[in-house]
Amino acid sequence: MKKSVRKPILAVGPFHPLQEEMEFFQLTVDGEIVTDIDVRISYNHRGIEKLSETLQFDQVPFLVSRVCGICSASHPLAYVQAVEDIVGVTPPDRALYVRVIINELERIHSHLLWVGLAGHFIGYDTVFMWAWKYREPVLDLLEKITGNRNNYGNVKVGGCREDVPDEIIPKILQELDNVEQKTEMLAKAVLDDPVLHARLKGVGTLSNKDAMDYAVVGPTARGSGVDIDVRRDDPYAAYADLDWKVITQTEGDVFAKAVVRLLETFESIKMVRQALKKLPKGPVAAEVKEIPPGEGCGHAEAPRGETFHYVRSDGGNRPVRHKIRAPSYVNVPSFRASCIGQHIADVTITLAAVDPCYSCTERMAVMDSRSNVILDYESLLRLSREKTAKIKKEIGSPELKLEDL
Amino acid sequence: MSWKMKALKKSVWVFHVNTGACNNCDIEIVNLLTPKFDVERFGIKLVGSPRHADALLVTGVGTKQAAKRLQEVYRQTAKPCVVFCMGACAGGGGIFEGAYHVAGPVDKIVKEVDPNAIIAYVPGCPPKPEAMISGVVKALAAI
Amino acid sequence: MNQEELDNRLAEISDKLIDTQRISDRRVFLLCESENSFAVNKFLFQDLALRFIIATGIDSDSCFEVLYHYSNDETGCIVTVKAFIRDRENPSMESITPILPAAEWIEREMRDILGIDFINHPNLRRLILSDDWPEGVYPLRKEVKK
Repeated sequence: MKKSVRKPILAVGPFHPLQEEMEFFQLTVDGEIVTDIDVRISYNHRGIEKLSETLQFDQVPFLVSRVCGICSASHPLAYVQAVEDIVGVTPPDRALYVRVIINELERIHSHLLWVGLAGHFIGYDTVFMWAWKYREPVLDLLEKITGNRNNYGNVKVGGCREDVPDEIIPKILQELDNVEQKTEMLAKAVLDDPVLHARLKGVGTLSNKDAMDYAVVGPTARGSGVDIDVRRDDPYAAYADLDWKVITQTEGDVFAKAVVRLLETFESIKMVRQALKKLPKGPVAAEVKEIPPGEGCGHAEAPRGETFHYVRSDGGNRPVRHKIRAPSYVNVPSFRASCIGQHIADVTITLAAVDPCYSCTERMAVMDSRSNVILDYESLLRLSREKTAKIKKEIGSPELKLEDL
Repeated sequence: MSWKMKALKKSVWVFHVNTGACNNCDIEIVNLLTPKFDVERFGIKLVGSPRHADALLVTGVGTKQAAKRLQEVYRQTAKPCVVFCMGACAGGGGIFEGAYHVAGPVDKIVKEVDPNAIIAYVPGCPPKPEAMISGVVKALAAI
Repeated sequence: MNQEELDNRLAEISDKLIDTQRISDRRVFLLCESENSFAVNKFLFQDLALRFIIATGIDSDSCFEVLYHYSNDETGCIVTVKAFIRDRENPSMESITPILPAAEWIEREMRDILGIDFINHPNLRRLILSDDWPEGVYPLRKEVKK
């Protein structure tokens, strides 16, 4: 039985990870147009690179998995690839395929999370509830395979810590069909909605030139026509063996970035299916006894873009230096280019389109010249939703229909 | 038990504070509101201001920059209130214990402001949503 | 550009380099003194249009090193400029932010955690350390205990 969902917004206030987020954006405005932005990121700084120097090489993946919760498979993968660069070892084929499976499953649930949050910011809480409901089965799959919904602890230097048991492969394939079907519904509802077209097109545009000057990565780059993807450009794991395509759009606005993320989700589903069907037999790890002196670079395409790790070894059993660069580190500064000149009603969704990994938007406020807050985050959120409501009224579009929650 | 406590236990309004977390715990907290777990049916509601809150859900290690802010939020929260340390980081620093920018753990930061603060710990990295619900319910039953 | 073109063009700045190390076909290190770092970076970003990834600052006992990592996306080759700052007392380098906005944050971060001064940086304020973190204490320097 299908009925249109008319549940009211559940909670009073913002209720996503961006709540109380420790990223602080101070916006200055001229009337209702943003003229400048200042960013502080010290709230979230924990000192991970220094901590890494106190751990042994094989303990580090557990640490870096927690740099960011929603890219928790990409960081350890980039790190172990940097160390494998130093050692000169290639993991066995089965390990390379398992790495693809875990990382693409993460991409699927991360992109669905983003779609939900974006919906929340513009007042489409149906989309939020729906997307977050249908990412749950993906988390359950990951728990079945690795033992945890997040922080999989799945890679180590030389391969993977754990295998994907052959017995559960049929179940994973079946679940994927289900996720694909739900994502198709969601994509159709979102991409065909005239209100969303009016609300998101031309908003938060990042030009192709700015995308390159700020060296942005991931969907933020691909939405602006920058055709880069580490999985294709410097193939790692088993990506070179699979049939998939890099998704790009040219407009650079929020809508373009939403299209990129939705279409990428379908590519990821395809990739996991192929990887499961082609999963070679054999061990999932090569033995690595020592890390010789040297330096290595490893990168992986996280849901938000390229995650880059640099590791230096002096032959001991701990890294001498470990540099970690999350994709948001280059994407968030580009917010300056895509937000200046925008209307304040659009700032929350513009920042969200960058998909900041650390959960940033909530800590956003418009300040006056004496550093007094004239518009806090809740007001900015309200303005964003009011704009959507106004557009809905003008266009006269029916309520978004999705299968009953 | 005071009538205030009785009232508090009927329907808990919570305010979420991130003091330097990787976001896994934060995302799982938000998951509590989504259809699979739906904590609204227990009367648990996420509010937008500490002044309306009965409980604080605190995640993160308590970085040096966030510590003062957490104390300020605690002062503003209506009393009596319960501080829930969600996750290994809030509970004791987790894997980040000893890092140079950590001022926490969270209980130490809160007790500087109120040595008699009521603090509950929900371990996990991150705690599963079921564990969070169970932790909140258990803590409230024990008060 | 393809690998052969890249190799040929890298030869154009060899006069500014101490050495070129090819660790593998996809990992190249260009070593230079800090005085030449700006010119080498400018060449890679503006002339070769490589994509800037990030920079790594390292306290190497006898000197400081700043590594600027670039990607040639067409071939997947990572080209790293390794600049040596020999003056340990007052480490400084010319900032590349004026020509490469993407470097703004990481140069501010290196100043916070290593104390390297980036000359001509448009906005060299504290980025990642707390407001009350003491001046002059640089966490990633070797003398700061773990």
